[in-house]
Amino acid sequence: MFELKRTPFHERTSKLCLPQNWRRWAGYLVAGSYELTLDREYWAIRNSAALIDVTPLMKYIIKGKDASRLLNRVVTRDMDRLKVGQVYYTGWCDEEGKLIDDGTVARLDETSYRLTSAEPNLRWLAMNAVSLDVEIREVTDSVAALSLQGPNSRAILNRAAAESVDGLKYFRLMQNKLDEIPVTISRTGYTGDLGYEIWMDAEDALRVWDRLMEAGADYGIMPVGILAMDMARVEAGLFMLEVDYTSASQAWIEPQKSSPFELGLDWTVALDKPGYFVGRRALEHEKRAGSAWKLMGLEVEWEGMERLFKEVGLPPQIPGMAVRESLPVLVGDVQVGYVSTSTWSPLLKKYIALAHLQRPYYEAGTNVRMEITVEHHRQHAAAKVVKLPFYEPEWKKK
Amino acid sequence: MSNTYDVIVIGGGHNGLVAAAYLARAGKKVVVLERRHIVGGAAVTEEIFPGYKFTEFSYVVSLLRPEIIRDLELPKHGLKILPLPSTFTPMDGGSRGDYLAAWDDHDLTRQEIYRHSPKDAEAYDEYARVMARAAKAIKPLINLIPPDPSSLHPRDLFNLLKLGRYAASLSEKELYTIAKLATQSSADLLEEWFETDALKGTKAASGIIGTFLGPRSPGTAYVLLHHYMGEIDGAFRAWGFAKGGSGGVSEAIAEAARSLGVEIRVEASVGQVKVKGGRAAGVVLDNGDELDSRVVLSAADPKRTFLQFVEPKYFPDEFIASIQNFRVRGSSGKVNIALSELPQFTALPDEPAVQRGAVSISPSIDYIERAYDDAKYGQISQRPYIDMIFPSMIDPDMAPPGQHVMSCFVQYAPYDLEGGWNDEKRNELGEAVIATIEQYAPNIRRAIVGMQVITPKDIEAIAGITGGNIFHGELLLHQIFFLRPVPQWADFRTPLKGYYFGASGAHPGGGVMGAAGMLAAKEILKDDRP
Ligand SMILES: Cc1cc2nc3c(=O)[nH]c(=O)nc-3n(C[C@H](O)[C@H](O)[C@H](O)COP(=O)(O)OP(=O)(O)OC[C@H]3O[C@@H](n4cnc5c(N)ncnc54)[C@H](O)[C@@H]3O)c2cc1C
Repeated sequence: MFELKRTPFHERTSKLCLPQNWRRWAGYLVAGSYELTLDREYWAIRNSAALIDVTPLMKYIIKGKDASRLLNRVVTRDMDRLKVGQVYYTGWCDEEGKLIDDGTVARLDETSYRLTSAEPNLRWLAMNAVSLDVEIREVTDSVAALSLQGPNSRAILNRAAAESVDGLKYFRLMQNKLDEIPVTISRTGYTGDLGYEIWMDAEDALRVWDRLMEAGADYGIMPVGILAMDMARVEAGLFMLEVDYTSASQAWIEPQKSSPFELGLDWTVALDKPGYFVGRRALEHEKRAGSAWKLMGLEVEWEGMERLFKEVGLPPQIPGMAVRESLPVLVGDVQVGYVSTSTWSPLLKKYIALAHLQRPYYEAGTNVRMEITVEHHRQHAAAKVVKLPFYEPEWKKK
Repeated sequence: MSNTYDVIVIGGGHNGLVAAAYLARAGKKVVVLERRHIVGGAAVTEEIFPGYKFTEFSYVVSLLRPEIIRDLELPKHGLKILPLPSTFTPMDGGSRGDYLAAWDDHDLTRQEIYRHSPKDAEAYDEYARVMARAAKAIKPLINLIPPDPSSLHPRDLFNLLKLGRYAASLSEKELYTIAKLATQSSADLLEEWFETDALKGTKAASGIIGTFLGPRSPGTAYVLLHHYMGEIDGAFRAWGFAKGGSGGVSEAIAEAARSLGVEIRVEASVGQVKVKGGRAAGVVLDNGDELDSRVVLSAADPKRTFLQFVEPKYFPDEFIASIQNFRVRGSSGKVNIALSELPQFTALPDEPAVQRGAVSISPSIDYIERAYDDAKYGQISQRPYIDMIFPSMIDPDMAPPGQHVMSCFVQYAPYDLEGGWNDEKRNELGEAVIATIEQYAPNIRRAIVGMQVITPKDIEAIAGITGGNIFHGELLLHQIFFLRPVPQWADFRTPLKGYYFGASGAHPGGGVMGAAGMLAAKEILKDDRP
């Protein structure tokens, strides 16, 4: 029989996944949620600790004398500034300065890095590595990864790990041990909360899972699926490839492509780094000329939404999970952009969305209208353009 | 420190804090005066035993107005309302399977009720729809300033018109349901629908909370509906538990208020409201300090507000008489317990989903009515209705790792206990609760690390609520809407100019809702317009 790949945690996750709502992620099966409603999983991320199987993230080890040269050429950030034990979030572009993918680069030692991405990038990396002294190895299947997110994640790791993680700063990593099992722990994640990602040999996956679940029992740890994570990442203003933007290498037409500036990644484009990198000229030009689009937040005005539903005699109907559906955004009767993901925020008690807006409508404070469907009818709910993220707890970086 | 303010708020309960925040947001210079060393009033969290945090009085949230959460940006100030997904009712007998549960999934709940009665499983859905409709129908009234039907004031006429038009917009069926709910007992209502005792008992329980009535007393059906109100906002879901307990709600509001420039003074007990030239002019604290302002808002209970802070000569006689008649009979107590292990219910042991939700000791309507019978004659219920939650199962920060806390709301514990309350009686209340729980969860006694028993007298003494009623006044039909606290004065104004009233004893009533504070602040701002 043919089947989709299972992660090394499947033996545990499959027994816990009550609704059997498996989702596909980069060729793997992962749990959508473990419970029948998302509430508790969402709140585990925001209030205690969520254990999320993120193994399907593409992972590459890039190693050799020219490893940093290769990365400097591919990604937009300045790899010479990345210290050993540090992690950068970055995107990478095509020659036209349009984003191909985004992920993290961790510097494991002087000459080796681990790159994560959403889609396969081996070919792109290899094409850029011509004549460089570097080895690129995909380790997606052999390295298992767990994301432990939430305000109690630190306490749990301190209980489970041989060495305290108290000193581990935001976007740094350390080698550590859980029950004698060597793991790499990075202070990274996709939720905008305090959180860590734990990287291990696939063979050790189940033991690490068990150890964390056991250590976390008194701290409200919960296995959490990707649906609850999807809500949290919108609150954190984090976008997703193939949902919120199309990879330049997949786009059929120009307007489908986005530049890092358009996605709000200005801070990751190191135009001050020396030498050539892919997309540099186009990015320099865009920087001077300004961007035509920008990714911003939308807060839907609740009272207005309530009114629209009230007109048909209903209380506001809110989807129980993040909606990955493109919704037009208007000013007056003119479409000025679109929403790519929207969600109810249980924490903020607001309906929020990631919106791609055209100049000049992307200024924070702009009043727009977002399309919603009320009883099969197209309506428009008043909304305000706001800066991202919607939510950033003080402990995220502390 | 200057002692002159635009508005002085008496009482740092959550309503006082909400009002202060809204007033400061509108640019007013505001001080909140709270007699205790902490703010929150009946919504406080205290560590009575080190490491164990008790949500001392109020324990669940559902009615807190979402617009307040957004307007005051409470999430930024730490507010998190965590799900309380289920209700578990152990039944008499106590062997495995002797329970009724409402889980957070519709199919699971149906399956569960079906186990007891296929008929009830179907009725349950329809009942929920009817109640949700009725709740939805009266919900807009919450944010309406209650009109006084006997007044000719344009505002009242306007609101009455709105109310009339609103009523006209309801279907006959809805009006009929509401009229029925207003007069029926919860027992009558529920018996029309269901046959399973534990289901009827558990539903009936929410009709008696905070009243001195039994499930067979008329009017309790309305209270039941009042509690449904929080459940109909779809996204806001039923009942929740605030991070850090109810004190977490108050803390978040206090933080928001401070960030808006509100000054909060604790251990500042107000003795008198100063009156000059026929209007409120400030307050005198018990320590003799004086503060001045043109507006004073009392967010304490109605008896203090009108019978204690202000000399009676400033109010009409019939007003005073109405306040004196306002019913504030406390009937509930609270037992907070620090635990070394979770109580295991013999009906469903070792299933953590039980302790993640509420556990209700309400096996039947008769059980609750009997508990009421004890109270009617001035006794503590020997087998009381108990609503339990386990805060540490929802928010692990409530207890040291591996340890637990438990909150038990108890009814009935009459304020006017025969022979009066004393230490011995307080212990008796604690014992009635433990002995009752023990019948369903035998390991409870050995799990107790520490216990705080709160009688209605203690509610009065600690939280400062005259009479110890949890809602500052019973939610009776003659004490709601335009009748709360008294006819003609339900719009947060009082017969004394410059003196306002905005707490649970005002419209729309008790619970950690914040509506009274918000609405009072808005009325103050309206009157402030030149
Ligand atoms: C045991 C119990 C359980 C409850 N359970 C729930 C529940 O689960 N869910 C729910 O929604 N509601 C519950 N309630 C009701 C809810 O807690 C109250 O309705 C609400 O907290 C009242 O808020 P408030 O601001 O109107 O008044 P309060 O919180 O009573 O605040 C009044 C404040 O005024 C202060 N004060 C009094 N006199 C003076 C003075 N002279 N000078 C200065 N300050 C003064 C008091 O100290 C107090 O802080 C419960 C109440 C009790 C007692």
